Amino acid sequence: MTIIIDRTRERPATAGPVSVAERQREKARPRGLYQARVPIYPKLVHGRWRWIKWALLILMLAIYYITPWIRWERPGALPDQAVLVDFDGGRFYFFMIQLWPQEVYFITGLLVISALALFLVTALFGRLWCGYACPQTVWTDLYIYIERMFEGDRNARMRLDAAPMSFNKLWRKTGKHLVWIGVAFGTGGAWIFYFHDAPTLIRTFWVGTAPMTAYVSCALLTFTTYVFAGHMREQVCTYMCPWPRIQGAMLDDQSFQVTYRYDRGEPRGPHKKTESWEGRGDCIDCNQCVVVCPMGIDIRNGAQLECINCGLCIDACNEIMDKVGRPRGLIAYDTDAAVAARSCGRKPEHRLIRPRTLYYGLALLLVGGLMIWGFSTREQLGVHALRDRNPAWIRLHDGAVRNGYTLKIANHGFETAAVEIRYAGVPGAELRIPGQPGADPLRVEVEPNRVTPLRIFVTAPADRVGEGSRDATFEIRSGDETLTVPTAFDYGSQPQ
Amino acid sequence: MSERERDEHSGVETTGHEWDGIKELDNPLPRWWLWVFYGCIAFAVIYWVLMPAWPGVRGYTPGVLNQSDRVNVARDLNALQARRGRGEALLMTASLDQIEADPDLQAHALAVGQSVFGDNCASCHGVGGGGASGYPNLRDDVWLWGGSLAEIEHTIRVGVRSAHPETRMSQMPAFGRDGILNAGQVSDLTEYVVALSGRQADAAAVGRARQLYTDNCAVCHTPAGVGDRTLGAPNLTDREWLFGSDRDSIRGQIQNGRNGVMPTWEGRFSPAVIKALAVYVHVNAGGGEASGAREAAAP
Repeated sequence: MTIIIDRTRERPATAGPVSVAERQREKARPRGLYQARVPIYPKLVHGRWRWIKWALLILMLAIYYITPWIRWERPGALPDQAVLVDFDGGRFYFFMIQLWPQEVYFITGLLVISALALFLVTALFGRLWCGYACPQTVWTDLYIYIERMFEGDRNARMRLDAAPMSFNKLWRKTGKHLVWIGVAFGTGGAWIFYFHDAPTLIRTFWVGTAPMTAYVSCALLTFTTYVFAGHMREQVCTYMCPWPRIQGAMLDDQSFQVTYRYDRGEPRGPHKKTESWEGRGDCIDCNQCVVVCPMGIDIRNGAQLECINCGLCIDACNEIMDKVGRPRGLIAYDTDAAVAARSCGRKPEHRLIRPRTLYYGLALLLVGGLMIWGFSTREQLGVHALRDRNPAWIRLHDGAVRNGYTLKIANHGFETAAVEIRYAGVPGAELRIPGQPGADPLRVEVEPNRVTPLRIFVTAPADRVGEGSRDATFEIRSGDETLTVPTAFDYGSQPQ
Repeated sequence: MSERERDEHSGVETTGHEWDGIKELDNPLPRWWLWVFYGCIAFAVIYWVLMPAWPGVRGYTPGVLNQSDRVNVARDLNALQARRGRGEALLMTASLDQIEADPDLQAHALAVGQSVFGDNCASCHGVGGGGASGYPNLRDDVWLWGGSLAEIEHTIRVGVRSAHPETRMSQMPAFGRDGILNAGQVSDLTEYVVALSGRQADAAAVGRARQLYTDNCAVCHTPAGVGDRTLGAPNLTDREWLFGSDRDSIRGQIQNGRNGVMPTWEGRFSPAVIKALAVYVHVNAGGGEASGAREAAAP
């Protein structure tokens, strides 16, 4: 059960029974559809979580920018890019893995795993994804860093925004936006390398011969990066992203979240050095947790939709606690249950293993296991048998009945496969590739890394023609791999 | 202008118009709407400059981009012709056997053939070429006029009983309708033909019809009944029947002598397209298969 004890928010004095007339007046009052953005000027903070955020920022950006440039040797004319979404060739390459379009369920599986991992991590430790790894957070962080380089920290920025236009303001604003656009272009520019051979594309991009999709994607990502990270920032998280609305379902009172320990902090208020700490809380109401918050919220109001769990307020508060000589951790990653327990004088307990974390964990194991099973049993060959429909059967001059099939043999490997094709289920059936003499089994070479369509005629001899349609199978053998493909043979209707 | 009236309830000005006591609020247009509107005006001005826009006395303002749909369509058509021309040239220079043997050329011929077949041939021969009563099945190994690539191409070119001077021509007389044979003779011959294809038949009738067959039918269908491809006379001993295999159908054919017509396609298709079509039909029928065995099977 979730226990939320919020002593920080007082009930407004006007709250009380509201008359129907009053409610109707409230409804009729004209209201705008838009909430103008309240500017947020996050202050730079130092500390453990800020340091982790910088490290992750560098790591994530490095992964993003470097990945398309990693080379990976592949045979023949296949691309040598380690990670490549090759739309033209219809392949997805990821180091030693090569996926075909029809294997897109592996991507689905990956997304399901990502979602379950997100659920599990959120149930355990809150919105770590939002605070540290989400591109919106990472790029916004980077943009705020650039903003700080040009315009200084919080107070300087607020002064600059309030000041009338001057040369100083102009060059700082212009410079900031130019660097922002530069970073945005770099972001969009790096994105397109995932879809084409990077060394080739970087040349063709600048001489104007790259595909139009490359320019459009680059422009689109440049635009969204500049707008999302530069201008919209926390509004993306609060208004556009569905995750903050969903994550409430994963959290419970045992989830670690950035928490203001009101049991320790209240009653809050300014504190002079000479005053005693007896009978009051540790919070000196210095507002540092609010001014560093990139979301512009007050964590002391408790867990809330906007909080991305980044922990910057923890760093800010710890700095202050060190200064005033109180123990750190007035704001910390903690659970609602622990805070509630402490406020009742009990010893807090942390339970990482709970039904919901078990469910998420088991689902994660299940899907992960399925993925590993799928990958390990992935076959070199894939075969589909398409039976001719129109006409479904042909009677030959001597009364024999022939059915036509198109076997689509996909060779997922990089080597030519020698394939034997057999047919079972029709007595005396003769196998033949049109234009070639019959053989049993049929022997064909299947080219690597592509689907080879193969026309096959199966003829039931005149003296063994049966009635109606019957089940039959193609057996395709290559090396030690055997595939059985069910199909049917139609004897057609008999002449009188 | 007089003082605008303000609506008490909403606090918004009214337009001053009143219909049976109903007044219209003069709400301002939403800002986003206005901006889209201004954007459209700006777009229109740019469009007038760049594209053909204003009508004049003689013609219209062409716009600085000189864009013309007429010119564009002509260019696209020329490009299409040029592209098709390459494929046509390849089909023209290669022999039928070469087209069928070369996988790329065959694929091209099949693509052309499928499209042309679907538009022109499928109405009689069926979408898959499976034929129908009176319309030959193009998928099997029975060919009235020959199943080799060259023979198929020739049939497509000149047609059967068509207007072409060199048309493939054969005539099944209407023996019964034209009074050459009487009803009893037609019935006896029917039994004889049924016997020819290896089925149970009335032995007495078969005996009576033996001479009739020799006199009337053997000249085209041969004494053994295996037909003659040079005359387009069908094999009567096999299991394939153009107009149906049952006694009524056979009797009807001897009585009325139906003769189907296939138009000539020379002139309607380019020689390259006819070649592609021939390859398409040949490959779909099995490509290089024996064109119907013709072992004698006289009863």
